[in-house]
Amino acid sequence: MSTSNLIQDLINGTLLGGLYALIAVGYTMVYGILRLINFAHGDILMMGVYFSFYFIAALTMPWWLGFIVGIVGAGVLGFMVERIAYRPLRSAPRISSLITAIGMSFFLESLAVVVFGGIPKSFNLYPTFFSKILIIGHTRIQVLTFFILAVTFLLMFVLIWLLYKTKIGIAMRAISVDIPTTSLMGANVDNIIGLTFIIGSMLAATSGIMWAMRYPQVQPYMGFVPGLKAFIAAVIGGIGSVPGALVGGFLLGMVEILIVGFFPNLAGYRDAFAYVILIVLLMFRPSGIFKVYSEQKV
Amino acid sequence: MRKILILLSITVLLASVFIAGTIRIGVAFPMTGNIAAFGEMTLQGVKIAQTLYPKVLGEKIKLIVADNRSDKTEAANVVSRLIDYNHVAAIIGEIASSHSLAGGAIAERSHIPMLSPASTNPLVTQGKHYIFRACFIDPFQGHVAAIFAYKNLKAKRAVVFTDVVQDYSVGLSNFFIKDFVKMGGKVSREFYQSGDQDFSAQLTDALSKKPDVLYIPGYYPEIALMARQARQLGYTGPILAGDGAEAPQLIKIGGSAVNGVYYTSHFNASHPFTAVGKKFVAKYEAVYKTSPSALAALGFDSYLLLRDAIKRAGSADPGKIAEALRKTKNFEGATGYITIDKYGNTIKSAVVNEVKNGKFTYVTTINP
Repeated sequence: MSTSNLIQDLINGTLLGGLYALIAVGYTMVYGILRLINFAHGDILMMGVYFSFYFIAALTMPWWLGFIVGIVGAGVLGFMVERIAYRPLRSAPRISSLITAIGMSFFLESLAVVVFGGIPKSFNLYPTFFSKILIIGHTRIQVLTFFILAVTFLLMFVLIWLLYKTKIGIAMRAISVDIPTTSLMGANVDNIIGLTFIIGSMLAATSGIMWAMRYPQVQPYMGFVPGLKAFIAAVIGGIGSVPGALVGGFLLGMVEILIVGFFPNLAGYRDAFAYVILIVLLMFRPSGIFKVYSEQKV
Repeated sequence: MRKILILLSITVLLASVFIAGTIRIGVAFPMTGNIAAFGEMTLQGVKIAQTLYPKVLGEKIKLIVADNRSDKTEAANVVSRLIDYNHVAAIIGEIASSHSLAGGAIAERSHIPMLSPASTNPLVTQGKHYIFRACFIDPFQGHVAAIFAYKNLKAKRAVVFTDVVQDYSVGLSNFFIKDFVKMGGKVSREFYQSGDQDFSAQLTDALSKKPDVLYIPGYYPEIALMARQARQLGYTGPILAGDGAEAPQLIKIGGSAVNGVYYTSHFNASHPFTAVGKKFVAKYEAVYKTSPSALAALGFDSYLLLRDAIKRAGSADPGKIAEALRKTKNFEGATGYITIDKYGNTIKSAVVNEVKNGKFTYVTTINP
């Protein structure tokens, strides 16, 4: 592979990795606090994109307002999902919540098919500024790349600040260790968990909108593959760790692109190779790159 | 328990009374999922045909639509359901070749005739007695694409993108490469998988080979995204695709990036080959206020071919329908005069269309 191709691949890998990282951050946050693998994360992502889509396309709102509405809408949806599907099962065995999460994922997908229709819709609703191309030497970079990286790092820092520098963050971290004791300390556990879901879902919608800006089609199953990849990225990074999700996301994106770059004939099976790398990595570091204490696993 | 049984048997009896006087035809299409637009367009054509010709042998034709969710496993499941549960006499379906291969195996085993509007892969009908199609096959389509690339686009070097999980794409790629190389062209290959959204790595590799044309015999969702990413990486040349490219979503998702996408197809509403084709276009435009796609025309033809076979068979017996379908000679459809050969295949002309200013525009016709 020539140098200019390699540089282009690294840029492409950064863009794809940034998207995975952004989705993985939300995934890992919910897991880190509740020890719940929220399989519906990808579907809340999809719902958020649909909300923005309809607000911008049908109600002819400006694109940025549509994005905000989509993100807030996803937050409300996440709160409702927690209230209806997860809260009643909080004291049930962890496997029950996991199954409920999978059920929720299917439910949201089917709901979207019924309400929004199964035909992919076009998400060409943002200013063309973002799809502009900068040419440096032989390398081409989409402006969106910088935007996605900026949003990813910004949200990561906000999240770390929230978790480690605020009262709510202390309560969230306390919940991850012991719910009854946290409750005895005077924290309103229901509200804190509700808030965790709201933030997680808003992160999902943000990443979904970024995803749709890069790959501009909206359809009911659009959250499935990104959700799965982000889950893997979070596991690679050490699930529950916010910087880990970031590292895992970039690593996965880069590996996927470079596999194709170095071995173009394997491109059709690149997911399979990405998973092989995951398995090998987990053999040597079972709790991911950034180790988070792990007494319980599902 | 006994009460329930009695009730059930009464319902079944009543149902069978109501059902008498109708001929049930199953429709197995992707109505949701990745290639949902194909299902929607083809079904529109089928429905236009039903509005024009609702009856055969004095009985009403009832369509039972089943959604395969653009999924191979579901494609087999819906065919089983249509046969075992809905007791259909024949099936129109499926659209993607890989779906027709999965569903066709079930129809063949149950001896129910299945007529695919648009599955072009040769394996779909090969060695089967109950599977037919209303479209041409990929050895011809690949040949047409190679001629067009080499002669019309004057391309000497092509990069072929193959969707490794679609039998359609794998087959069509190979047929194109065989003919293009025979004419003197040079080919390199790239691979991807249905549902992939990022093609930047493959395109970076492909564009470093300085191709004159990108040949992408896949389906519209990937073609649209690939065209966008190719343009972002600086490719300005032509993109050539197969009949899997035609869907309004190609233009909606691809935007201006898909201008200059050529594709081989079965039909163009501005150049209908037959009088029936003109009638179809007029009726379709009156109902849907837009021009019909090639898939709508093929859906229309599939219904008419099946209705014609039932008429000639003189009964809705699945075995007799299959026998009559095989004897279809010079049937005037919207996509041309259709003759089904002993393998269940159809020989017809192909058109080449181009996306120009956001519209599917007719370029040329290439005959077998």
